[in-house]
Amino acid sequence: MARKVFNHMEYQEGMDVIESDIMDNILNLTSKYDYNTYTKDDVLKALSKDILTLEDFGALLSPVATNMLELMAQRSKKETAKHFGNTVTMFTPLYIANYCENECVYCGLNCKNRIKRGMLSLEQIDIEMKNIADTGLRDILLLTGECRHMSDVEYIGEAVKIAKKYFTSISIEVYPLNIDEYKYLQECGADFVCVYQETYDPIRYEQVHLSGFKRCYPYRVNAHERALLGGMRGVSFGALLGLSDFRKDAFSAGVHAMLIQKKYPHAEISFSFPRLRPYKNNAENNSNDVHEKQLLQIMLAYRIFMPYAGITISTRERDGFRDNVIGLCATKISAGVKVSVGGHGEEAQGDEQFEISDPRSVDEVYNSVLNHGLQPVFTDYIRTN
Amino acid sequence: MNNQEDRLVLGSHEFNSRFILGSGKFSLNLIKQVVENADVDIVTLALRRANSKDTENILDYIPKNVTLLPNTSGARNHEEAIRIARLSRELGCGDMVKIEIMTDTKYLLPNNYETIKATEVLAKEGFTVLPYMMPDLNVARDLQNAGASAVMPLASPIGSNRGLSNKDIIQILINEIDLPIIVDAGIGKPSQACECMEMGASAVMCNTAVATAGDIGKMAKAFALAIQSGRLAYLSGTGRVLNTAEASSPLTDFIR
Repeated sequence: MARKVFNHMEYQEGMDVIESDIMDNILNLTSKYDYNTYTKDDVLKALSKDILTLEDFGALLSPVATNMLELMAQRSKKETAKHFGNTVTMFTPLYIANYCENECVYCGLNCKNRIKRGMLSLEQIDIEMKNIADTGLRDILLLTGECRHMSDVEYIGEAVKIAKKYFTSISIEVYPLNIDEYKYLQECGADFVCVYQETYDPIRYEQVHLSGFKRCYPYRVNAHERALLGGMRGVSFGALLGLSDFRKDAFSAGVHAMLIQKKYPHAEISFSFPRLRPYKNNAENNSNDVHEKQLLQIMLAYRIFMPYAGITISTRERDGFRDNVIGLCATKISAGVKVSVGGHGEEAQGDEQFEISDPRSVDEVYNSVLNHGLQPVFTDYIRTN
Repeated sequence: MNNQEDRLVLGSHEFNSRFILGSGKFSLNLIKQVVENADVDIVTLALRRANSKDTENILDYIPKNVTLLPNTSGARNHEEAIRIARLSRELGCGDMVKIEIMTDTKYLLPNNYETIKATEVLAKEGFTVLPYMMPDLNVARDLQNAGASAVMPLASPIGSNRGLSNKDIIQILINEIDLPIIVDAGIGKPSQACECMEMGASAVMCNTAVATAGDIGKMAKAFALAIQSGRLAYLSGTGRVLNTAEASSPLTDFIR
């Protein structure tokens, strides 16, 4: 295997290299994006259009648009209603392992961070999933740290097979995989893949990924495409806001999703917008200049630019924020969340990735969605294989 | 004219109402109110959707006298649509099925080629097949030949509320296809639903426009009235509409 520290723009041994110009296009378009050039008129013009161009999207992400949120919110609410009606899908994440081989300076699972590590046995996974399913949820996101050595693809596959007993929609957020590995996990029962680029700025990416295979920038960017080539039905995009220039990163993630949708029109597209959060041994970790106002601006811009795409709101945000973005722009909300390894009824086997801001149970979130005049949906997916 | 004399016939099924309601974008507790306000006979149901918990069921919110029309939403090819349709029949949802096959997540436009293939298989298996389709005369003929019990062309992209963007083609389908034409998707206002019925459509399906209205019950009623009104106008024979004025000084009065 390759050494742990390497040129971050070079593929390493064993990594699938696919024919694709998407990464180059993202970098090229982002390099031309100067958010300081937009005016209030550019934002108004963008909002007057039925279908927005990339240029319009850029205007909605600009600093001048930060002070035009009410207008953006009105448009966003209409688009959300048109495409998703009154529905909000509920799900929960399950961390099955938190071993990690990467040294990412912003993450609680960083291999140099001294935390309790662990992974669930298949029996424990079954118990955890049954406990989750007992709350009514039918949509699950399975997560691991990024460690092929400890939590290999076969282990993830076995977890997916167990999940298939209890859940209709299974998503995975694990280390980037090769096409045949995505194909294997899809055959096991997973249909959706989340890979967040953290930052699309290659220089910053290198600075914050000190060692480990996650350091390979192109292998991560092209993961969505490999997942779709492996038969996955949907892919989720996002950047870790606060890590780099958030406006540029938000723009890049939008470009990325747009290019993937164009190349793979059947793919279901969704977004998530995690902000940096404190974690064990780093209480000062924060999202810098990305406050709620900026976060909301980004979410609204995505809804208006790609009105058909799903938007997930995580427990990194407080309940008051989450409750108000559903129906406005977000379409999927987590509930009953644990970010430790396991912990759904059984004792957690490993420490948390970050501190959550909304610890409410499934019932509490369910009732809150109803109280906002919206319809909680426990599954919106039918497995056909 | 009462409803007994003018019923919507879909295969072996007959209905009084020509307003078909989609349920996918509603809050559950409002569906019943809509069905009752609008005298709806048919409500579509996405098999992939499970609102609320196992202890609750969307069927509890739909009056028992309403016919469920399961759809194959989520299918990306004919094999998947066929599997969903068979599953729906096994679950006791009857033999009616609306074929929806999308291979484009941006506009959610139906894939006509896959839809024809699914229709052919399911019609042979005894389903009453109602295919959702991009308006196209040749495709509509293929669907008819494949055994469809109606054809459901989209008025404009789903959820767009843009009304009858495909009006001319839908009129051709109404003129040429000997099956009920049910206009589906994109109808945003009661006046647009009325226009469909005036043209001779057999029914109108609507979801977003009602589900996202300020007063859902009233909007449902408004649609029901518009659909009835348009149907009555169609049956009455609308008056002639000339594209040119009748000149007071005719250009041809020199003829002896």
